[in-house]
Amino acid sequence: MKEKAKILDKETIARAITRIAHEILEKNKGTAGLCLVGIRNRGVYLAKRLADSIKGIEGMKVLTGALDITLYRDDLALATGQPLVRKTEIDFDINDKIIILVDDVLYTGRTIRAALDALIDFGRPKSIQLAVLVDRGHRELPIRADYAGKNIPTAKNEAIEVRLSETDGADEVVIIEK
Amino acid sequence: MIWNKKDLLGLEELTKEELELILSTAASFKEVSSREIKKVPALRGKTVVNLFYEPSTRTRVSFEVAAKRLSADVINIATETSSVRKGETLIDTGRNIEALKADIIVMRHNASGAAAMLARHLNISVVNAGDGWHEHPTQALLDIFTLKEKLGRIEGLNVAIVGDIAHSRVARSNVWGLTKLGAKVTVCAPKLLIPVAIAEMGVRVVNDIEDALSSADAVNVLRMQFERDGETAFPKQLEYFKAFGITSERLKKAKIDIVVMHPGPINRGIEMSSDVADGLNSVILEQVTNGIAVRMAVLFLVDQARDGKRQDTD
Repeated sequence: MKEKAKILDKETIARAITRIAHEILEKNKGTAGLCLVGIRNRGVYLAKRLADSIKGIEGMKVLTGALDITLYRDDLALATGQPLVRKTEIDFDINDKIIILVDDVLYTGRTIRAALDALIDFGRPKSIQLAVLVDRGHRELPIRADYAGKNIPTAKNEAIEVRLSETDGADEVVIIEK
Repeated sequence: MIWNKKDLLGLEELTKEELELILSTAASFKEVSSREIKKVPALRGKTVVNLFYEPSTRTRVSFEVAAKRLSADVINIATETSSVRKGETLIDTGRNIEALKADIIVMRHNASGAAAMLARHLNISVVNAGDGWHEHPTQALLDIFTLKEKLGRIEGLNVAIVGDIAHSRVARSNVWGLTKLGAKVTVCAPKLLIPVAIAEMGVRVVNDIEDALSSADAVNVLRMQFERDGETAFPKQLEYFKAFGITSERLKKAKIDIVVMHPGPINRGIEMSSDVADGLNSVILEQVTNGIAVRMAVLFLVDQARDGKRQDTD
């Protein structure tokens, strides 16, 4: 395991968040019906940052929630480690809302598949869009991001690590060679 | 923290960390029951068998609801109507259930240690839903979960357990769980209903109810099983209520926010008065709700352990 390169730092992460916030507002013509749902763990913090950024631009507070997808994973039966079940906190009605699903890294698409199943158990949103900080390719399912902070072509023997000040003490994205 | 036990047999053999993992997992599962669609696919395709050698409605229903909210298939076996009546042994019954490719057996049995014996002979998971006078781990876990939810902590709390301590698996599991998590436990009952060895479990023993309540942050009131005494029960019930019943007068001398728990079913006017059972200090119905979350967590964890998952990943 060695760190190969730093792809994003504090400033570039902040700019990516601001740009995605603008893109979300442009595509959805404002904040009407807009809600942000972050996937645990780091997606939750990114969703909060996006909400702050949107408030800075439009002056409107959008609702945010947190989704834990552990119980919906398709690899629960595989021996890949015991998952920790964390809390899902969506304290609003998602029916007819525009839900922006937020995660740190988009890779195989299986997390997003699980998140879509989990979300739909809460109701029938008007639409679900996907925002990620990093899209690293290698999709195994027909899923794509509507908003991406950065596209990073990677090899499968590499890992992308997103670090956020809320959980890791600093804002950065690095490639790690396994 | 990693859970690697395929069975839940009692709280005696669990570490503090394992107890805390069950409680935090249960806190996550509680949200599922508040949804409009109260179901997650975590145990989809798994089969849970409720094997009850003693009559039980609330524990069996709670386990059944928990398993169904995890999308498992549930089969209930009441032994009065099964081959047990024809003389089949417990282990043979267990092996037959295993041969049906079930994944988890939830068992209540009148013999202490029955769940542990079954677990040793089977590869599938066994969850103890009460074995004789030994343990009833999920009841104690839901009591502790409710207490933690109400008071924010377990460490340092004074908890009184009142009632038939000698014949109570609920009391035993509560004492193990609470003391491991750092609570101070006082048990209170008529002398004949206190087992001799209880003090060795690190609890304070009192015979005076007002003494037990005076410093308690919570009181767990156990059910008196007078129905087993037959006809002579009635005067004993009145006598018990007079000496040990939880009444609003007695609570006036206790802490104002004392938490009153009862595993149910309540005998109103025997263990506690109706105004206490329905009063502001009572969390009896919250215990029922929390029981589902705790049992979901237990079923999920034992199933994961059996599947051979060991390390935690993000």
